[in-house]
Amino acid sequence: MVAVSTLVFFMIRLVPGDPIAAMLADSGSPEAREALIRRLGLDQPLIIQFFKWFGGLLQGDFGTSIYGSNQPVSDILMNALPKTLSLAFLSFIIAIVIAVPAGIISATHKNTAADTGFSLLAFIGLSMPDFWLAIMLIIVFAANLQWLPAIGYEPLSAGFWPWFSHLILPSIAIGTGFSAIIARMIRSSMLEVLQADYMRTAASKGLSDRVLMLRHALPNAMIPVLTVIGIAFALLISGAVVVENVFSIKGLGRVLIQGIQNRDYPVVQGAVLLVSAFFVLSNLVVDLLYAVVDPRIRYS
Amino acid sequence: MMSDTAFNPAAEAEAPPKRRSRFRAVFSKDRKAQFGLVVLGLFILGAFLAPFLAPYDPNEMTLNMMSGPSGDNVLGTDDLGRDLFSRILWGTQISLFVGVATVALALFFGVLLGVLAGYYGGWIDMVIMRYIDLQWAFPNFIIAVYLVAVFGTGLLNVIVAIALAFLDDFARIARSMVLTLKQEQYIDAAKVQGFSDFRIMMRHILPNAMAPIIVQATVSVSYAILGEASLSFLGLGVSSDTPTWGLILSDGRSFISRAWWLGVFPGLAIMLVVLSINFIGDALRDALDVRESDV
Repeated sequence: MVAVSTLVFFMIRLVPGDPIAAMLADSGSPEAREALIRRLGLDQPLIIQFFKWFGGLLQGDFGTSIYGSNQPVSDILMNALPKTLSLAFLSFIIAIVIAVPAGIISATHKNTAADTGFSLLAFIGLSMPDFWLAIMLIIVFAANLQWLPAIGYEPLSAGFWPWFSHLILPSIAIGTGFSAIIARMIRSSMLEVLQADYMRTAASKGLSDRVLMLRHALPNAMIPVLTVIGIAFALLISGAVVVENVFSIKGLGRVLIQGIQNRDYPVVQGAVLLVSAFFVLSNLVVDLLYAVVDPRIRYS
Repeated sequence: MMSDTAFNPAAEAEAPPKRRSRFRAVFSKDRKAQFGLVVLGLFILGAFLAPFLAPYDPNEMTLNMMSGPSGDNVLGTDDLGRDLFSRILWGTQISLFVGVATVALALFFGVLLGVLAGYYGGWIDMVIMRYIDLQWAFPNFIIAVYLVAVFGTGLLNVIVAIALAFLDDFARIARSMVLTLKQEQYIDAAKVQGFSDFRIMMRHILPNAMAPIIVQATVSVSYAILGEASLSFLGLGVSSDTPTWGLILSDGRSFISRAWWLGVFPGLAIMLVVLSINFIGDALRDALDVRESDV
């Protein structure tokens, strides 16, 4: 993470545009410009700026936004984080709920109409741009049927339904591609497991199909699937960045894109860092889950 | 997979025709791949012939605004009276170009890094892998967004940004292939014969490492096209006056409740192209015998 944040800091100093000029618009006199540069600490050498920023980072201080209200970046991010987390969580649940049964059915009914159908759906899900799916969902469920709100976000504290109804469409938009990847992986992994000797042994013990699948096949098939889930988290995060912008949800993705538009360095830095931290952390959780799924793996 | 043929010069000589017939076998049976080839072929044709096929200038504004699909405007017009079909057709050029150019760039530099790291090992490997691991900490799309934010929008920047984001995937695959192939006896044989490192890498290692790289490249083209569309959609794309699919969608987004065609058709174009490439990639995976876990 240290290396990651260093890279993030120095990369953004390469931005060609001049944020000071953008902030002062046309009205800025040279004196006002000087004062502003000094206030933001931009007159100091780059390396000092870096250590100040990094020191702050360690204390949870991401600096202050240099655009508009000059809010602390950590406030902006903390405001956005629950929205993105809710979205990612719900997308993940939706993806798993679709992918696990679809993957198992495809594997156990290999080369049947169901398998072909799921495989085709998976391909389509993988090929659809998530923002387009988001727009399609808005057209159908918000604009025409008017069942669900088209934009915005309600916190969970406002009640489950307001929260859920605002998040369900974006979550489907994000979760679809994710579920396609997982379903495909579950299928191929299950197919391998089903040929294993212990499956034949278990079947010869007279266990029911249900027990056979859920107790013997699925846990063993989950190990490679977990790896893919970890990698595919990237998709979930990118999806959230784009789809939040479609649904005007002020999560990390929207904060990031607005930060870029406003040339608000500290906000962009903070958002990219937090998004990457989330990605790294979720992969760490996946690593730890290996041990849960496969008792042979132990972390000492 | 190819390595076992290398012990036997006769088998190596036969390999190309065998592989070609395997391609034919897979592609003649796989209906999805056939669909992919046909649809992608049509889009490529459309991209090249856009100047002749497009019924209108893609940026020409008319008073015929927001009219639905009709005989005059097959896919309708947008809020400025521009013909949607012509815009999508021209957009094909950008999408396909970005897809191919990006992957060519990522492939060249990624494979170069991967082969160097895998072949030489030691500190070269360490430095390259440190960087690759560092890049791994960021989701690809976030890297692309960040790079465009840093270097600005525009065709070249978008291509470089997405290519850089994909670099680590190719480097990783190339490196692991090289590490496996390095153990082969024919590499030792080549070294004993006094061939240069460059020659061994180019003539002996790379050709045998190509299968997973080709599959990864195909898949990456589809991701690159999706990535470009997403960037354009977020206003971080090629430019605001070039009609790209993502931009057309982003422009039309505010009007979708009154003009559904502005939302439906550009996305359908993206989906069809990406789907075709994915179908082809899947068939290539079968034909080249690459395991899903390798890529």
